[in-house]
Amino acid sequence: MDGGSELVDILGRLALFADFTRPELEAVAHTVDEEMFSEGQRVLRQGLSGSGFFVILEGQAAISVDGEDRWMLGPGDFFGETSVLTGDSPTADVIATTLLRCVVVPGPEFEQFLLARPRLMYRLLQAEAHRLRTAIEWRS
Amino acid sequence: MAVVEKPFPPGDYDVVVVGSGPGGLQTSYALRALGVRHAVLSADEAPAGMFQRFPVFERLITWTKHDAPFERGTREYEWYDHNSLLADEPESRALVPQLMDRTYDVPSRQEMEAGLAAFAQRTGLEIRYGCRWEATRREEDGLVLETSDGEYRCRAAVFAIGVTEPWKAPIPGVENARHYVDTGSPEDYRGGRVFIVGKRNSGFEVASGLLPWASEVVLASPRPVDTARLGRLAVRARYLNPLDEYSRGGAGALVVDAAIERIERRGDAFRITARGTTWPGELMFEADHVLVATGFRTPLLDLPDLGLATVSDGRVPALTPFFESVSVPGVYFAGNASQGSPGLRKQGLASNSTSVNGFRYNARVLARHLAETRFGVELQRPALDRGQVLPYLLGELAHAPELWVQKGYLVRVVSCNGAIRDEGIVPLEHFVDAGGPDAVAVAVEMDREGTIYPAAYVRVGGRVEEHALPPHPARLFESDAHRRELASLLHLIPALRA
Repeated sequence: MDGGSELVDILGRLALFADFTRPELEAVAHTVDEEMFSEGQRVLRQGLSGSGFFVILEGQAAISVDGEDRWMLGPGDFFGETSVLTGDSPTADVIATTLLRCVVVPGPEFEQFLLARPRLMYRLLQAEAHRLRTAIEWRS
Repeated sequence: MAVVEKPFPPGDYDVVVVGSGPGGLQTSYALRALGVRHAVLSADEAPAGMFQRFPVFERLITWTKHDAPFERGTREYEWYDHNSLLADEPESRALVPQLMDRTYDVPSRQEMEAGLAAFAQRTGLEIRYGCRWEATRREEDGLVLETSDGEYRCRAAVFAIGVTEPWKAPIPGVENARHYVDTGSPEDYRGGRVFIVGKRNSGFEVASGLLPWASEVVLASPRPVDTARLGRLAVRARYLNPLDEYSRGGAGALVVDAAIERIERRGDAFRITARGTTWPGELMFEADHVLVATGFRTPLLDLPDLGLATVSDGRVPALTPFFESVSVPGVYFAGNASQGSPGLRKQGLASNSTSVNGFRYNARVLARHLAETRFGVELQRPALDRGQVLPYLLGELAHAPELWVQKGYLVRVVSCNGAIRDEGIVPLEHFVDAGGPDAVAVAVEMDREGTIYPAAYVRVGGRVEEHALPPHPARLFESDAHRRELASLLHLIPALRA
């Protein structure tokens, strides 16, 4: 812990922030908000406006569409970016299935957050490409 | 000499409230009004909490307008007076403006302290002063609070202990620097070079206060100051003159985006090494004084040992929409720490729970929730005629102080479950997530450009739909256009159709 905060250490271990120097991680830690959710609490709401970009630090969550759990998420996974980028409401609920700890970038701040961090944007694009490929493979 | 019997001796209570600042006073007042048996314990000797000592430069940032379009003491006037606590009886309302002169539209620390003391006295709130909460343990279906006066057993505890413990960011050498609370007298900084770690309220407050005395003031922290965001906060950004000077190239103040790597003592002075966060490279500063204005934490004592989850480097408890710990049932927070329940944060807008104007309403919401869910108190839910619903909700959108202060956070709910009932003020997050009978909730919200607009959430058959109503340049949310739009939304609920 060379004197830094615990959040900086956790962020530094996530793939999304793998290219970041410590001062850059500190700036991220000061820019994002940290939120915790109890088991069963909704994090993202299908059909309601105003979401954010969430990265899971600890715990598990379920992606649920029309009340049906479709996918599980865990530490290092992120969600919410699709609705923020398209400007639409989320197409799924995300519900904490354990005590869940996240960092969140509020929707209106996401563009600036990414533009200031091209390496993060590239990592995010990579992850989205993987998701797209998985989705295509599933369909075919 | 008369011996004054202290109230609330150690023993069993339904609820124990810890703290006698504005959060504790408002919670106790609301619990008493609902008939919930509770004790109030305070380590202090007098009410007012942090306002007995802070802010350091003795001027608050939250407004109280002496005169307003609404009479003092009315509910509508609360929007113009962000510092008084809430009471049912007229003589205990709007106390802070009565104690302010008209030099400013924000109270001095002394005026605020006097206003809170007057509230405690006029409402006859009982508080056990000089009783320090020291430890906590779980027992059967409740909690035991160990205090300097003995043990208190309770089914639920409400900690209204402020976010007041000085917190220093973990920077090597930070122990050599003074915290904001130990700023002392501005004269001590005459002609000196001052380096301030932190660029939030307290950093700018102290920088502002020292500008007339210091030869140079440097403010530094990793996150840039977002003036657009500051403009959207319900609490005004005061004390921004150091930023103003810096933006204009003034020589007296520097505002730098940098992570502080270390603070070293060099004889009587300091050397600060910083690395840019919005620009590349390293900077060194020499300073005669280093002040750490990185904020405060909630003095949680041993609650983390019970498993209490926190956010922001352990500084704030993580809370549910009804201000209960997300991880330790029965432990609730009121006052400034109620910010630990962030709400939906639509548009990125935070709640206003860090100041009295917001958390006074949170305390009422918490008291109603505790009374109903833990102690079986039947809450008043006045019945409404179908024809009353539209004008009632329009009036709420136009003037309800709860909605205007806690934008996108607290809502007024009218439900239709057989009868049409006013459900009161509840957290928006609860309304959209908890399910329930057909109902409508109205909110005042703010978008990312800072436009304030009314919103309605309509729940039919368990499904919630969100509707933004148009803004109005004079914020007249009772206009004909709003009436028509809201009427058509109410029409979505079968029980409200004519």
